[in-house]
Amino acid sequence: MNFDPRYSNRSFSSVGTRPIRPDGVDKVTGRARYGADFNMAGQLVGRILRSPHAHAVIKKIDTSKAEKLAGVKAVITAKDLPDLTDGDAAMYDILDNCMARKKALYDGHAVAAVAAIDARTARQALKLIEVDYEVLPHVTDVDEAMKHHAPLINDAIFTEGLEEKPVKPSNVTKRTQYGHGDVHQGFAQADFVVERSFKTEQTHQGYIEPHACVASVNPDGTAELWVCTQGHFVYRQHCAQLLGMEASKLRVTSSEIGGGFGGKTHVWAEPVALALSRKAGRPVKLVMTREEVFRASGPTSATSIDVKIGAKKDGTITAAEATLRYSCGPYAGMWAEIGAMTAFACYKLENVKTVGYEVLVNRPKTAAYRAPSAPMAAFAVESAVDELAKEIGMDPVDFRIKNAAQEGTRASYGPVYGPIGIGPTLEAVKNHPHMKAPLGLNQGRGMACGFWFNFGGQTCTDLNIGMDGSVSLAVGTVDVGGSRASLSLVAAEELGIDYSHVKAIVADTSSLGYNDMTDGSRGTFSSSMATISAARNAIKVLRERAAQMWDIGVDDVAWEKGHAVAKGEKHGNLGKLSLKEIAAASGKTGGPIAGHSELVADGAGVSFATHICDIEVDPETGSTRVLRYTVVQDAGKAVHPTYVEGQYQGGAAQGIGWALNEEYIYGKDGRLQNPGFLDYRIPVCSDLPMIDTQILEIPNPNHPYGVRGVGETSIVPPLAAIANAVSNAVGVRMSHIPMSPPRILAALEAEREG
Amino acid sequence: MRYIRPLSIEDAVGELARAVGPAAILAGGSDLLVRMKGGFIEPELIVDIKAINGLSDIQETADGFRIGAAVPCAVLGENKALRKAWPGVVEAAKLIGSKQVQGRCTIVGNLCNASPAADSVPALVAAGAKAVIAGPSGKRTIAVESVPTGPGRTSLAKGEIVEAILLDKRAPNSGDAYQRFIPRTEMDIAVVSAGVNLTLDEHGVIKAARVALGAAAPTVLLVAEAAQVLVGSKLDEATLERLAKVCSGACRPIDDKRGTIEFRRKVAGVLAKRVAATAYERAGGK
Amino acid sequence: MAGVAVSTTINGDHVEYLCQPDETLLEVLRDRLGLTGAKEGCGTGDCGACSVIVDNRLVCSCLVLGAEAEGRQIETIEGMAHGDQLHPLQQKFLEHAALQCGICTPGFLIAAKDLLAKNPSPTEEEIRFGLAGNLCRCTGYDKIVRAVQDAANVMKGA
Repeated sequence: MNFDPRYSNRSFSSVGTRPIRPDGVDKVTGRARYGADFNMAGQLVGRILRSPHAHAVIKKIDTSKAEKLAGVKAVITAKDLPDLTDGDAAMYDILDNCMARKKALYDGHAVAAVAAIDARTARQALKLIEVDYEVLPHVTDVDEAMKHHAPLINDAIFTEGLEEKPVKPSNVTKRTQYGHGDVHQGFAQADFVVERSFKTEQTHQGYIEPHACVASVNPDGTAELWVCTQGHFVYRQHCAQLLGMEASKLRVTSSEIGGGFGGKTHVWAEPVALALSRKAGRPVKLVMTREEVFRASGPTSATSIDVKIGAKKDGTITAAEATLRYSCGPYAGMWAEIGAMTAFACYKLENVKTVGYEVLVNRPKTAAYRAPSAPMAAFAVESAVDELAKEIGMDPVDFRIKNAAQEGTRASYGPVYGPIGIGPTLEAVKNHPHMKAPLGLNQGRGMACGFWFNFGGQTCTDLNIGMDGSVSLAVGTVDVGGSRASLSLVAAEELGIDYSHVKAIVADTSSLGYNDMTDGSRGTFSSSMATISAARNAIKVLRERAAQMWDIGVDDVAWEKGHAVAKGEKHGNLGKLSLKEIAAASGKTGGPIAGHSELVADGAGVSFATHICDIEVDPETGSTRVLRYTVVQDAGKAVHPTYVEGQYQGGAAQGIGWALNEEYIYGKDGRLQNPGFLDYRIPVCSDLPMIDTQILEIPNPNHPYGVRGVGETSIVPPLAAIANAVSNAVGVRMSHIPMSPPRILAALEAEREG
Repeated sequence: MRYIRPLSIEDAVGELARAVGPAAILAGGSDLLVRMKGGFIEPELIVDIKAINGLSDIQETADGFRIGAAVPCAVLGENKALRKAWPGVVEAAKLIGSKQVQGRCTIVGNLCNASPAADSVPALVAAGAKAVIAGPSGKRTIAVESVPTGPGRTSLAKGEIVEAILLDKRAPNSGDAYQRFIPRTEMDIAVVSAGVNLTLDEHGVIKAARVALGAAAPTVLLVAEAAQVLVGSKLDEATLERLAKVCSGACRPIDDKRGTIEFRRKVAGVLAKRVAATAYERAGGK
Repeated sequence: MAGVAVSTTINGDHVEYLCQPDETLLEVLRDRLGLTGAKEGCGTGDCGACSVIVDNRLVCSCLVLGAEAEGRQIETIEGMAHGDQLHPLQQKFLEHAALQCGICTPGFLIAAKDLLAKNPSPTEEEIRFGLAGNLCRCTGYDKIVRAVQDAANVMKGA
């Protein structure tokens, strides 16, 4: 189809309004069905046995006692998930993570699984499985893992990306480098140079719904999977490949999803549930406990980052450099690379260099978490930027405005920017009343900027017009936070009908073409593009049908505000035909009316945000309190502004939790000490103030309505904004996230003791 | 596994005493069910004590208050007389868990769970509360600080049940208070905590004091030296500083996921000062 | 293991069931009675997603045994609307977009209902502390607090 995705300025009647979401009533009445709310006849309960060791060779697994227990219908180990990955290293890692093959690589790594008639029997069966481990030395800290004497996690890994091919294996899987210019020359021109080191601890996405699925494999090799996921098409692909099935034989239905934030973009237990069902010959429901969620799914990287920035007296940055080390868990990733790409993306730099190191550690496999890798890099860079502004004696906002990237700037990660929002968000912050509000004793204000790429990708939608003129919209991007409302608005806008006549659903993998998953802030961006395309295709059909009804040429029929309008003087007496009228006649004019779209949504516009935060610190205990918080972010075009605000607020709250209290705590034994919501401390309602938002709309030239992704950028600035606020409140630079009370108090005591 | 709901304390004691496998007492269940879920305990017998006559009541007696073992903390907070007499005990009990947990959890459960970080225990110890214990060989009454003997361990013998907590009738010019340090504003376990109970003379001079620290040692600490610092003072700056120093010095804390040794030491002193000031004010001191 | 026969009242309806002694009320509601509105987010009383009201007390149903429900009055999310009439809190949660993924929503609604029953005019701080036992990871709580404030105003006017 000849779909033109370019932005054109226009007025909107539906887009930009704030209607109630189509899935809302189900969710306030308890009827919405999430991963664990679905059951099948004859269903068994699946449970997974997990390694208590951070690093151990699995010498032998004896499942015979468990198999003999009454009520146990299947016991599986890695043998039941044979390696069908055919040299695909990334898929092999996914397989090994789902079920350890030779070694257990982290506390919580799956080593066996059972399916039994009930949860109690399944639990008992796990206790009867005997695993003979040879415990190996482990390493969980990112800096320790890089040392020469560190225990090797995978002796087949030789660092990629080095000038000289290494002769010895290493925990560093890859070195990557980005930038341009000559940083040595740049630093030579600087009047002031700030050089600092930072650390951030590992955090979890913390979705409230644990991973859950129901798998049913039939004797004929077909299968169904009901699962909470951000991408059921990707899950189908991965599960089919790991189990040796044809993708079309596996129908995956995405349940309502109770939060994902990137953590539900990876398969964890789903291949295991399918393998159990295949062996048992019955459906298997597998729901992770909260402890399993923390020990074996999710987390983001822990990092160690060095930053060096130089500037002239007038505030012009002359050079910027960063070295970023990101933990990947026990499998290769590209987390440091993303950090290296995003670190200086907010700024216009002549000379910039970033180097990333991907580091293996005995922790769960790193998963995407909302703008993955960017918050840590922004924390380090934006902290150093504040320090540099202070040394120069410039206001931190003015300093950033002076160096902000703009249209035409070559980004530190390569491309040249189109119209972007970093400058406008900074100007908005400069003029925001929050920046002028008075502060009290022990209170400090901080601000920081953030960037995220946003993704597009493969997208497919179906738009079907019923004979009553109502519209069913089937999309393939999972709705994680209100996108069915946004996409219904877009369909209504394009067709020129009222929102109430559109109903959007998320279709299963057998009902719609392939869609990439809801990640990279792509859900509304890409599916709205596909929806517009599908609607325009439907309009083409509607015009043809109207032409037929009028018996005139289709070129003489235009589509205006939900009606076919006959154009030209000779048709002046024909009036208008509404969508409803055309739909009612469809049975006689050629059958059902629909519009379809399959496209690759290119050109997701980059997104920038600037946040302001006021913090009060209790200097006697190191306790912090967030007093006020403001988010300013470019949305391109806010399709449903309330849900855009929701994304801004939610990302900020997650960033606040990360900045202040959330962290994975490992014992010396390499075991996770806090796998629960009691001691993995996500913000509670009383921890937070209202979170003010300001939506800027700088249209994305690559989307018909100017839409940019909005979901992720909001988690990028908070770590730095809060660190800057704390530092301004107490006069001590905090360089280790989270800034938990013991860390703040220790820093204050160290300062007092001089 | 059996679940029973006896109607008398004698039946409950008898069932517990006869139990062959592990047995558990269920009042609010907010610790027990978590431990069962985690696989830390698999009781053969669960004895629900909520149907036992009198265990769900708060009685105001000539000697003070008798709080039944099954009284949820939310109910403590709703009792005006108790709140007025022992505000520190009530505010400590009200800090345990969420609103949801408050509707279930009990101070006796908090005591018998024997966590050094239990919120209500430092306040109860500071208040000089006593535990009434029913057992196979009759009843006995002991100081609450004699119940926990270490993390997760108590002095209770097989078949024994703490059936009530006793709090004295309040002397005039008295006040108590409790505070804990947590990283968030709610939902956390105390990193360190302090309870202070004071009685003043008519001139505002402290004539009796009890100071207890939580999460500072394997069991809640009753810091006699801290009480000595307070007695005879009108809680001037110098006294408060000495109190902080003594409390910090009395701590024998550990490093763990919730805090460091240094942090707990330092903050124990800070909290003791703040709590003493509140207790003093509640006692009518200025 | 001997099953326990329980007779109780759920959302005004008399209900009888047989459960295991160690089975939680949450498991009974979800797995035996098909009332899946209460969610298990943690199973340890730390997230509030399984909130229900038992004899006018807000509790986590994961921290109550099914056996304990004998003779009680239980209210769950499934009983919050009256026929096709949503409760004002449900309506305001929709209008304010106080939910994104919605998994915490039933627990928040039940906790907010309990809060407003005990305190019809809560301050923002009282709402925030009153709902601190319910975790939400999507919204940052802003729109939830506003929805409760708005619902409180509507309910007072009613």
